[in-house]
Amino acid sequence: MSEILLEARDLVKHFPVRKGVRRRQVGAVRAVDGVSLQVRAGETLGLVGESGSGKSTLARCLVRMLMPTAGEIEFGGRRIEGLGDAALRPLRRELQMVFQDPYASLNPRKRVGAIVGAPLRMHQIGDRAARRKRVLELLEAVGLTPDHYERFPHEFSGGQRQRVSIARALALAPRLIVADEPVSALDVSVQAQILNLLADLRDELGLTYVFVSHDLAVVRQVSDRVAVMYLGRLVEVSPAEELYQRPIMPYTAALLAAVPEAAPPAGRERIVLRGEVASALAPPPGCRLHPRCPFATDVCREVEPPLRDFGGGHVAACHHPLNVNQEVSRNAAEGSASSQP
Amino acid sequence: MPDRVLDVRGLKVSFATHEGVVRAVDGVDFALGRREVLAIVGESGSGKSATALSLLGLTRARNATLEGAVEFEGADLLRMSEAQLRAVRGHRIAMIFQDPMTSLNPVQPVGDQIVEAIRAHERMARSAARSRAAELLAQVGIAHAHERLDDYPHRFSGGMRQRVMIAMAIACNPDVLIADEPTTALDVTIQAQIFELLARVREQTGSAMILITHDLGLATAVADSALVMYGGRIVERGAVGEVFRDPQHPYTWGLLGAIPRLDRPRPRRLYAIGGAPPRLGDAPTGCRFRSRCPHAFEACVNEPPLVARGAAPGHEDRCWISGPERAELRPKAVVGGRAGW
Repeated sequence: MSEILLEARDLVKHFPVRKGVRRRQVGAVRAVDGVSLQVRAGETLGLVGESGSGKSTLARCLVRMLMPTAGEIEFGGRRIEGLGDAALRPLRRELQMVFQDPYASLNPRKRVGAIVGAPLRMHQIGDRAARRKRVLELLEAVGLTPDHYERFPHEFSGGQRQRVSIARALALAPRLIVADEPVSALDVSVQAQILNLLADLRDELGLTYVFVSHDLAVVRQVSDRVAVMYLGRLVEVSPAEELYQRPIMPYTAALLAAVPEAAPPAGRERIVLRGEVASALAPPPGCRLHPRCPFATDVCREVEPPLRDFGGGHVAACHHPLNVNQEVSRNAAEGSASSQP
Repeated sequence: MPDRVLDVRGLKVSFATHEGVVRAVDGVDFALGRREVLAIVGESGSGKSATALSLLGLTRARNATLEGAVEFEGADLLRMSEAQLRAVRGHRIAMIFQDPMTSLNPVQPVGDQIVEAIRAHERMARSAARSRAAELLAQVGIAHAHERLDDYPHRFSGGMRQRVMIAMAIACNPDVLIADEPTTALDVTIQAQIFELLARVREQTGSAMILITHDLGLATAVADSALVMYGGRIVERGAVGEVFRDPQHPYTWGLLGAIPRLDRPRPRRLYAIGGAPPRLGDAPTGCRFRSRCPHAFEACVNEPPLVARGAAPGHEDRCWISGPERAELRPKAVVGGRAGW
């Protein structure tokens, strides 16, 4: 097993809600509410969940675009959760982000060459000629051509813009790229091109990805391991294929069942969730899924289930685990309350 | 089809713009049977939305030219006056739009908006219309419907707003529902709920539906038949299961190959078509897909006719490649499989 590149421990991010003329804090949106996870060098960790699950907030905390409210983040052996802007700057060379909307994330007044070269300029890498050469290499690496160098973003299609974003993220040769819904805004035929590109770049450059998406099929295509979030908490983490074959948390099973191309295997019942994600201002007590879960019982309403180890790197937080035989479940219950994903 | 509600023949929609004439829809024929669910599938710029919007006169503008005929109950919708059309629109043919966030008036309680929709078409006292509005909200699964009539749209979540839009659309028991990407803005679990609801209301009202979507998997789960559009033209059509299991046109192969599929082993790379969808009306002459088609040859400068080549009757496509050649060229990854909930 390769080294751990990034680790979050009990990470919390709350956004205060203020009211009245004196802007007194009346509550908090508990977007990320105690998440621990590890990203190993060279792997792709998929992060899935519905809107409001906190997946984007978690991603932004991991790259330190946001400062967490509490908890620890360790990157390459160094604690980074409390670093200020100046201390973060060298870290930016190793930790980059690709965003969802390629229309909003590129400066419309800059040429593509300048956009991709900006990180190099900011970090004062090479002279002008060397930077130009590097940008041309990057454009080629993402499937663009040298004559795109002088063009403006509006001349590009959505897919090409996302290639520009990826080239920019690669400019400083980072070790980890956090991609937040990088293909959600693209047409399906273009989405496949970008997913293939990300896979090729990973193989060539030995990158590590955290890949955030609401789309389970897309996440399966790119990920080695998958973490499922619900209302600010991790509810299941598993090797990718295992998660799709044998979901343990009913929430994961329901997400899978909701994908139309995934007609359930004959004999397996389809799990349907009632209602919608509860408010992150006041998450339900006990298991946060219980108001929507068809299997919920009294214990689910009162006790929040801890993440338990079901073997083979598969952990899940559920009082009524699916696809697990009794013995494994009992062992997990005895051995685990403190297990870390 | 003896019992057809809608008969579209030779529909062409073009817009005069600064950059020349944009042919959004360039000759489309189809019929919609009573209670049938027809999916129009395509990427951006395929003309799928322009086709659907034109049925209701929603593309009528000074710079627009509409040709062909849309027959509905013996009358041609394209030739109706604005006043005649108003009696049909929202009454006999109703529309559900993609974005429930922008299709409701934010400064009017939802109850008033539904009452307005009812009273636009039926002579009914305000109080009676209000009771009917509450019934409708209850029918689409909104709890405490009576109390919620006075709530403004911002008090509803995205999924709930889409339910309100559906309540409004079915207010007058329309013969045809047109749903333009009704769940694209929503989470998958909510998407499944919305389509369950749509199936239920169609059961009750007996209305036919045209579903506009980019997602062939969703189309297969929901519809009876499908049209695949590219560059303003139909490139393949047939019973939806046939199109999904036994796709004939190289563009359909691309659409299916581009989606990561949960129903089969994960490929190292997705089957992706190069390039991007043509901008509206920007497709080449001849076969519209030839500039992106990996199998294009000389014959493709002329457009092939829609011909039945698949095994099932009514399964037609527009491609010059002969049957045996196709069997060889078609990637295995796009054949077979099933979709559905």
